[in-house]
Amino acid sequence: MTSLNINGKQHDIDLPEDTPLLWTLRDHIGLTGTKFGCGMALCGACTVHLDGEPIRSCITPISAAAGKKVTTIEAMAEDKVGHAVQEAWIALGVPQCGYCQAGQIMSATALLKTTAKPTDKEIDDAMSGNICRCGTYTRIRAAIKQVADKGAAK
Amino acid sequence: MSAAFDFDKDSANTNAGDGKTPAIASMSRRTWLKGVGAFTGLALTVGVNGLVSAADAAAPAKKYGGAGMPGGTVNDPLIFVAIGADGIVSIIAHRSEMGQGIRTSLPLVVADELDADWGRVRVVQANADESRYGNQNTDGSRSMRHFFTPMRQVGATARAMLVSAAATRWNVPAAEITTKNHEVLHAKSGRKLGYGELAVDAAKLQVPPAAQVQLKDPAQFRYIGKDVFNSVDFHDIVTGNTHYGIDTRLDGMLYAVIARPPVYGGKVASFDSADALKIPGVLRVIELKGSPPPAKFNPLGGIAVIARNTWAAIKGREALKITWDNGPHAGYDSTAFKTTLQEAARKPAKVVRNNGDTMAALAGAGKRIEAEYYIPHLAHATMEPPAATARTANGKCEVWACVQDPQATRDTVADRLGWKTDAVKVNVTLLGGGFGRKSKPDFAAEAALLSQAMDGAPVKVTWTREDDLRHDYFHTVSLEHLESTLDAKGKPLAWLHRTAAPTIASTFVAGAKGEQPGELGMGAINIPFVIPNIRIEAPEVEAHTRIGWFRSVYNIPHAFAVQSFVAELAAAAKRDHREFLLELIGPARQINPQEMSDTTNYGESPVLYPLDTGRMRAVVELATKEAGWGRKVAKGHGLGLAVAYSFMSYVAAVIEVVVADDGSVSIPRVDMAIDCGPQVTPDRIRSQVEGACIMGLSLALTGEITFKNGSAEQGNFHEYEVLRAFSAPRDLRVHMVPHKYDMPLGGVGEPGTPPIAPALCNAIFAATGKRIRNLPIRDQLSKKS
Repeated sequence: MTSLNINGKQHDIDLPEDTPLLWTLRDHIGLTGTKFGCGMALCGACTVHLDGEPIRSCITPISAAAGKKVTTIEAMAEDKVGHAVQEAWIALGVPQCGYCQAGQIMSATALLKTTAKPTDKEIDDAMSGNICRCGTYTRIRAAIKQVADKGAAK
Repeated sequence: MSAAFDFDKDSANTNAGDGKTPAIASMSRRTWLKGVGAFTGLALTVGVNGLVSAADAAAPAKKYGGAGMPGGTVNDPLIFVAIGADGIVSIIAHRSEMGQGIRTSLPLVVADELDADWGRVRVVQANADESRYGNQNTDGSRSMRHFFTPMRQVGATARAMLVSAAATRWNVPAAEITTKNHEVLHAKSGRKLGYGELAVDAAKLQVPPAAQVQLKDPAQFRYIGKDVFNSVDFHDIVTGNTHYGIDTRLDGMLYAVIARPPVYGGKVASFDSADALKIPGVLRVIELKGSPPPAKFNPLGGIAVIARNTWAAIKGREALKITWDNGPHAGYDSTAFKTTLQEAARKPAKVVRNNGDTMAALAGAGKRIEAEYYIPHLAHATMEPPAATARTANGKCEVWACVQDPQATRDTVADRLGWKTDAVKVNVTLLGGGFGRKSKPDFAAEAALLSQAMDGAPVKVTWTREDDLRHDYFHTVSLEHLESTLDAKGKPLAWLHRTAAPTIASTFVAGAKGEQPGELGMGAINIPFVIPNIRIEAPEVEAHTRIGWFRSVYNIPHAFAVQSFVAELAAAAKRDHREFLLELIGPARQINPQEMSDTTNYGESPVLYPLDTGRMRAVVELATKEAGWGRKVAKGHGLGLAVAYSFMSYVAAVIEVVVADDGSVSIPRVDMAIDCGPQVTPDRIRSQVEGACIMGLSLALTGEITFKNGSAEQGNFHEYEVLRAFSAPRDLRVHMVPHKYDMPLGGVGEPGTPPIAPALCNAIFAATGKRIRNLPIRDQLSKKS
């Protein structure tokens, strides 16, 4: 039994310890906002926060998340920075199909929490692990800058 | 819903099935498929004038546009609109949403004509039923093109019925009644009623014929053409509350992954499931029968692992021991096949367009130019891999799937089960990307068959990324051979283009070889150039894997070759590329596509949709003006231009590239100009063109699927590289040619992609003098020590 703290709630999970956090969230807990894209930490669709750090849940076994705080897209509206990011995403019409956007928002929020005014290079470095096949990169960049310019990431 | 103005709720997803998530709620490529069967027996003849014509004298009068599609178009408000007593207006979205915004924009058209308050509109996704909703096959960049007018009629007719109901209630002439923002008004008496209060009465009225219903003067549009609202799905997207095909959850649902034959047409010889069954959570291992090629929309077959969660199914699959019988395509090898294509493209082949005497002109005096262009297979790599859930029980099958073609999904599932179509219900979820992959519902049929094998337990089939990249319906592989000769003034005297690529028809008809008319009509034969001798040939090359539609389809290789070659000719003639291109396009005129031997014209009327060279010139002029064509650029920088006409729209691109000393490529700026006719949701058009640019850059820079021993070699994003944030253009600008609503609409989703690869390669040539003729570019420019 693995005990997980997800979005502030405690869950006791009866799965093998090597089960990735991604499938635990999606198939067992029912939090499907976190997406599967590659299974190899190559695309970022599964990004969640582990004690505030962005991690790829598809390669993170639940054993590595035990005793830490897991935060998913479903809790971002209650997060000050996360909410500002969501607002900017809508204001600039970032999403197309939307599938990768949960991961994009988790990566962007983590960036802005540590770097309130990121440079282009810092944005590229933080966001290049998140693939968007619809091609929303230029709007994502603009939305991150909008949050930063408004000082909403402080 | 308490009002009588109501659609049949059973026909729409009012519930996505998990009891929690609200319902998300060219011919037609499918029509074309049906036509392909006929094609094989239908003589394609080259007449004395060189025109290819199909011997279809017995065919009935041809229908074009939406009317020519299976199911046609429907404009009945009782099918598409429901109004509750509370005034909530529900509007059916019958096309699939994959990022293009159609689930918002078509209902917005209805709401505008209905004078509805968008804040009181709910969008409900239709399930598969073309006999009810009209065509639902969301491909070919034609949702708005075909349904703008029918959806206007739906809204206007519903509005007319509300007005009529009010006229009766108040006993005043309907002509004295107006509507405004969800209310019916009688100015003379100062009376007004909300739509909800009139819904019951209105629904009892006879639906007036569309011809009798007045549409709005476009000057009165409140939503159409204005970016007043965002997508209805944005809030759910950013909060993680959406329902894609992969997100379906049902009580008692089981999870499946499938080991599919690594080679197209292969099958299971033997397998051992003992170790797989030892994996915790694995419940059963089932052999899923495939069907021999052509693949059509049928499952490939293989060995399925059914488990309590996706991870256990994946681990179970890893533990399977399978011996495959790889079949006749086991020798498919990309490198060898490139040679096959080259050989085919270097000798005379089937003539598909012929003006003048190209061979004589090429043999005559002048400066002879020749070039060949290659684009490998590509995978769609939608961020949501194919995924579907089905419950096949008690003589009924219900499917939840991310499909572009709901009706084909329903038909395929019914066919595979051996059941009647009526026994199958298909709920359409959001699509996490489509790009043509999800036009093929093989994955939904897999889920249906596995649920049946599991005695009716709901089964979700998830494709891993490896499944997606190795078993895609791949974009074709192509070799384009071009020849021209320039006169003393640098004018082209002749144009020979041999386009060698396996056809999508091969996926549906055994033995279909070489590009078919609809594929050739994507920018190979329908070029408007002012050249006296033009000859296009299509060698009959075979397919060795599943070939399928990929965003922009055959326009990708054709535009890459044609637009690169024009730049090469301009360089050979020592002319400015822009001026040279405009001269080739010639003066503004409207060309009937049939004059260019194009009998398909994307399924549209050649009269309503001629190729308009004035519009083509205008996008070239707009993009170059905005990009500052001709400006001085720093060392290592270059500007490249290309234009393409596809899906009834015109797009030009100017790309500024920087090639660093080490050969690495970066893109500071892209200017794109699009003329897609009238624009219903301008910001979604802009975003589609931006996305099309990124996809074009992605395929140009790194996109490649290779085959060895019959199998695709790339399994995940480290091997099949797609464009990432750091490579995206720093500045991407989309310029739109404005139009009033006085011309038919063009497509939006696909037309942006074709000009990107040639514009990029033309820019690289301008920057470095090196001509890229083989995609992807990858490390071709790198300075190796």
